[in-house]
This record gives sequence, structure tokens and C-alpha cells, in this order.
Amino acid sequence: MAVEILKEKYRSKVGEVVLGATKEQGGTRSHTITVGGESALPFLHFEGAIPNRPVIALEIYDMVPEDWHPCLEKYYGDVYADPAAWAKKCVDEYGADLVQVRLRSADPDVKDSSPEDCAATVKKVLEAVGVPLIVIGCGKAEKDNLIYPVVAEAAAGENLLLGVAELENYKAITSACMAHQHNIIAQSPIDINICKQLNILIAEMSTAMAGRIVIDPTIAALGYGIEYTYSIMERARIGALQGDKMLAMPMIGNIGHEVWRTKEANTSTEEAPGWGEQEERAILWEATTAMAYLQAGMDILVMRHPRAAALIRKNIDELMQDNSY
Amino acid sequence: MGLTGLEIYKHLPKTNCKECGAPTCLAFAMALASGKASLDACPYVSEEAKAALDSAAAPPIKLVKLGAGEHQLELGDETELFRHDKRFFHPTGVAVLISDTEDAAAKASAFDELEFDRVGLHYVTDVVAVKCDSGDGAKFKAAVEAVAAKTAKAMILLCEDPALLEGALNAVADRKPLLYAATADNYEKMVELAKAKGCPLAVRGKNLDELAELVEKIVALGYKELVLDSGARDTSKVLADLTQIRRLAVRKRFRPFGYPTIAFATKEDPLEEVVQAGVYLSKYASIVVLKAAKKEQLLPLLTWRQNLFTDPQKPIAVEPKLYAVGEVNENSPVYCTTNFSLTYFIVEGEVENSRIPSYILSVDTGGISVLTAYADNKFTGEIIAKAMKDADLDSKVKHRKIVIPGYVAVLKGALEEASGWEVMVGPREASGIPKFAKENFA
Repeated sequence: MAVEILKEKYRSKVGEVVLGATKEQGGTRSHTITVGGESALPFLHFEGAIPNRPVIALEIYDMVPEDWHPCLEKYYGDVYADPAAWAKKCVDEYGADLVQVRLRSADPDVKDSSPEDCAATVKKVLEAVGVPLIVIGCGKAEKDNLIYPVVAEAAAGENLLLGVAELENYKAITSACMAHQHNIIAQSPIDINICKQLNILIAEMSTAMAGRIVIDPTIAALGYGIEYTYSIMERARIGALQGDKMLAMPMIGNIGHEVWRTKEANTSTEEAPGWGEQEERAILWEATTAMAYLQAGMDILVMRHPRAAALIRKNIDELMQDNSY
Repeated sequence: MGLTGLEIYKHLPKTNCKECGAPTCLAFAMALASGKASLDACPYVSEEAKAALDSAAAPPIKLVKLGAGEHQLELGDETELFRHDKRFFHPTGVAVLISDTEDAAAKASAFDELEFDRVGLHYVTDVVAVKCDSGDGAKFKAAVEAVAAKTAKAMILLCEDPALLEGALNAVADRKPLLYAATADNYEKMVELAKAKGCPLAVRGKNLDELAELVEKIVALGYKELVLDSGARDTSKVLADLTQIRRLAVRKRFRPFGYPTIAFATKEDPLEEVVQAGVYLSKYASIVVLKAAKKEQLLPLLTWRQNLFTDPQKPIAVEPKLYAVGEVNENSPVYCTTNFSLTYFIVEGEVENSRIPSYILSVDTGGISVLTAYADNKFTGEIIAKAMKDADLDSKVKHRKIVIPGYVAVLKGALEEASGWEVMVGPREASGIPKFAKENFA
């Protein structure tokens, strides 16, 4: 009995965003990475194209992280103090598609590093690795607004992915990206309407920027509200495929950052024997979070533990296999 | 369910005899469609029409029960493709696989302990699957008996030789295990066995086409307690098949696929297996079987299941009351927050991280978060003061200081007035609690 396969016919698709620039394109990257472009729900190759596989970025700080779990030291401890070496290790040893630099030291409550210091760090990382870079601020809007133009200028031509723009604070970063032709992360608080509104505001400042937006829906870790983001992402992606241009952007999530704040990732085996061994538990907490977001349509996964990243890379390999009927 | 009056009308005698009490057959059809009448009221409806109407009115995916007694699991009866459209109803059964060639009793004991407590919820690995790898009926039976002796949870028996399966099944028939699996080669005997013992039966095809064909043959034999397996084992293909089965059942009412599904994780590495099982759990498997059996491996998977199957329209709330974190005494600090469970448990986690035993007063806001509750006037000075009184805080601690969330610093005055306590404004984000506690209470 021949089953009549049910294929959705979508009107539209997700836009593609190119990250990085090679020498010919005015940058110094060894290659570029294209994300987005899907014309089907995640990995349903039988009804549309998934032209670009989701990519994994490993996250580094511009300083020795004060609060990372000791179990990460055996992977990164030797390079914590040197962002360039750290980035290189992420790419060479742990196979990161991209590196995300978080300018943590710029936080006025941490080291209050100057925008020039931040730009110098980004330059060093650019010299150390050939992959495209994601750069995000310290999270304090006032300070970040001083950093964006300086970093954007220092990395002009590199086609960074720079973040993050928020509804209350998007102009400085959008201007910086416009002036030096970088891509932008638009972050909305688990809210599809704010997500659209922010994308519209950025597009109003510059129509060219509309094609350079990557959506950060604000993600939660497994067990801490992941299902809210999961459903918002599913709705956004369905909206994109049905023709809503202001949702038709690739999506990014800071998975490592969220997961490594949870009790389940950090509590030692001795303190919570009922939860099993800590490091493997943490790895799977991160990998399971990433697995779920892949199923909801995430295109760029920013991760932390190299083993979690390796598990997800394998999962993506498998999910990218054609499943046409 | 879902039939219009006109669709029903087509199946009625159209004689307008009025014997059902309705003035016309069409009026009766309308009453049926709105659930105000029962088809039994029509003395002339044909058996074929009855069958057609019954099956059209049946839910798109049949509810199938696995196991017996308190560990019985309900599978299927889903109506949605996306949880945001309504919700998913019956959480995926997570099954741990035990082979009859290993120490089944030891593995079953360990399996039975796979229960977890986190954020006030209890998670359970609900199914144990015993597989006949030995090809030896006596050995398989012994393993099944050993497992049944160690755990009362629902079982799956994996053995495609009906003769071998029967021996083992006889020992545990009252547990109503899922029999895996009927195939093109053995289905008649398997159906006989399932029918005789009243057990659900898994059906495996080589692909979707063969699966549909096989289901129709089994239904023709009069058995409908079925669980489907398309036979695919590659992650991407399983995802596609599970999606098609769910879509065709829900959207097209394709009857052969109107049953729960089972999927098998196949990776040798247990961590990879958990990720693979997670994909199947996300996208529609009613049961997922895996070998990974350690606590650290199953807790993430069961947590994802819990999250995925929550009702998106219902905020998850904790009981509004005074909670003690650690060994509290009359000098312990007091924090207050709402009873939205995510908020509460994040605050609880951070208070725990502060390593200073403290009270947390969870105020009844109808399960909504701090800012939403504040905007909605459900988290006001008076309401918090009343919650303090109801919790008898006066007698719990000697001091008169309470910490409120930083986002509602504006409540300080009103709460001080209403309670007579000194109000301390805590951090905006729960992650700031350990630092705040160190500075103020250490």
C-alpha cells in the first residue's frame, strides 16, 4: 500500500546571512560561513531545502573567567589568559565552526576595559584564527554602546556577527554595523512580537541591515523554561516559511552560557548523588538543550563544553542526511 | 470529533421518520455534530454507517495502554503537531533496554532506581524493555522473570519468534507488556498471542508503505491495540517517518497511522544515544527505547520530556507558602518572590548557592512571574504582607527584615507600611543573590 506522503508547501524561506569575509572580499578570514536559507522545518529534507547546516560556535572570554566550572579547566585552563590561544584551541582542537568572543572584561563591575582594549583583543583573535567571529558586549548597555563603534571599525571588512541589539538599545550597534558592514544579533525576550518589532526598527534604519540580522530569541536552559523559547522559535520559523519577512532570519542561541548557570550542570556528584556524575550530566545538559533547539530551528549554537559540542556536531551530521521519500 | 452535521447526514437513512425525536434527519445530524444526541437514538441507521461514523468520530490517534496497575502508561491520543497549538498530552515513555544475554536482574534493579527529584517534581523512567538476543526460549523467559521480580514498571518484550515469546509472556501476561514486534513474517501468530493475553502489539514495517499495509491486515484480524515502528533506524529517516506518521494521522485522518509510535536509539556511545533519543522524543515518538541507563544520562532526557509536555497555556506554579532552604533558625534571612515555579526554583537555587540557610516566602500570584504579577496588581505590598501573616513569619524569625526582588523595589514603602517590617531591596536577577547574601547576611 503506497502511503501518500504529506509535504507542506511553504510560500517563503529563511534568508541567508553570510558571516566573515575572505581576502578577496576585503577581510582576512580563511573562509566564510553561510547560515539560514531553510525552506522547510528543521531537517525535513523531504519537503524543502536545508541548504546550510547549523553551525557550532565555541565561546571564549577576553579574560580569565571567574566563574566557570572547574571541570572545564582541563580543556581550556592553559589558554584562559590568552584569548588568541583560546580561540585557536577552540578551532584547531575542538573543531569549532566559529568563535564567539564575549567582552566580559569591559563590564564596569569587572575590569572596565576600554573600548580600545576590547578592539585590540578582537584583532588578536582575528589574527589567531581563520574562522568568522561573533563578538558580543559585556551586557551593560551604556558601556556596550561605547564599545560597538570602536570594535566595528577595528574589524572593518571582517563581516563580524556583532551583538546584541535590544528593543531599548539598538541604535548604536546598528549604526556601528551599518558603518562597517557587519551582521547584527537582534535579541528579544522570548517574545515573537518584540522580535518582529526590533527587526523592523533595525530595517528602518537601513534596508541593507534587514538582510544582516540574526535573531536571538533569548534562550533558556533545559529545565529552566526551555519550552517557552522552543515554542517561540517553532512559531517564528513557521511564520518565516509562511512569508513573514520580519521573522525570516537565521536564529542564534547562547546555549553554553545558559546551561553552565544551572544547578544541574554545576552541582557536584557528592552533593547530588541522585543526579549521577557531574561532568557527564553537565555535558548532556548542554547537549540536550542544543538538541532541542536544533529541532526548533536554531542555526548558530554557541556552546561551551567541547564534548557537548562534539555530540551536537555528530547529531547535525546525521540530521543533515537526506530523508526524501 | 470534527465531523460536520452535513458529513454525518450523508450516512443517515434520510427518511425523516422522527423516531429519534428530531423533526428531520438533518436536524438529528446537527444534534449529533454538536454532541447533543447519540447515534443509538436512530433505529434505522445501518451497521456500515455506524462503523463509518464511529471511526470518523474516533480520535486521530488511538489511546493505547501499556502495562497494568499503578505503572500503567497511556500512549498516543495526541491531536497536535506543535505544542503551541494546544499541548502534547501523553508524555513519551522512556524505556531502558536489557538483553537476556546480560545480568538482567542486576540491570533491572538499577533501572528501578532511575527516579529523580528536581524543582519539586518527580521524574521516572517508566518502561523496561527485555530483548531476546540469546535465541534461547528458556534463557529469555528467565531474564523476563528476573526483570519482573525487580521492577513493577511497564515492560516491553522484544522477540520476533512467537513460540519463544509465548513462553516468556506466559510468565508476565498479567503485566500487559508491549509485544515487539509483528512483522510481515509473523503477524498472524503475534496477533493471536496479543489477543489471547490482551497485550498491546508493536507493528514493524520495512518502511511506511509496508507498515500501513501490515496495520490494515492486523486491523482486519480484529486487533487495534497497536504501536507503530516504520523500521527506520537512521536518525534523519526516523525523524521524517515519525513526522509523517503524526501528520497523516492528525491532518489526514489516515487510519493505518492512527496509533502511538515506538522509536529505538541505536548509538553505541550512551551520550550520543541520549541525544538521538532526544530527537525522537521531541518529534512525536510515544515510546523511545535506549540502552543508556545511568542517572546522569537519563536525567537530562526526562527533564526535556517534562518540559516538552507541559501545558503551554498554564503557568506552572508552586504551592504558595514559606519554604525553608537549609537548616534555618530564628535568625535566618527571609526572601520573598512569586509562586511562578520557574521564578521560585531559580531563586531557590541561588539561595542554596549562597550557602546561608534562609526562608523563601512564595506569594500566591496565580503562578505568574514577578514583573507580570506586579503589573497585574497581584504582587503588592498588601498581598505580600498578608502572605507574611498567613505564613506566621512573626513567630518564625526574631528579626523583622524581608528581601524583595530588585525589579519591584518600588514596593518597598507600601510593604513596610503594610507589614511593619524593614524591607531590603534584593538584586534584580536571582543570579545576584549569592553576592547579595554575602554582603548582607554572612
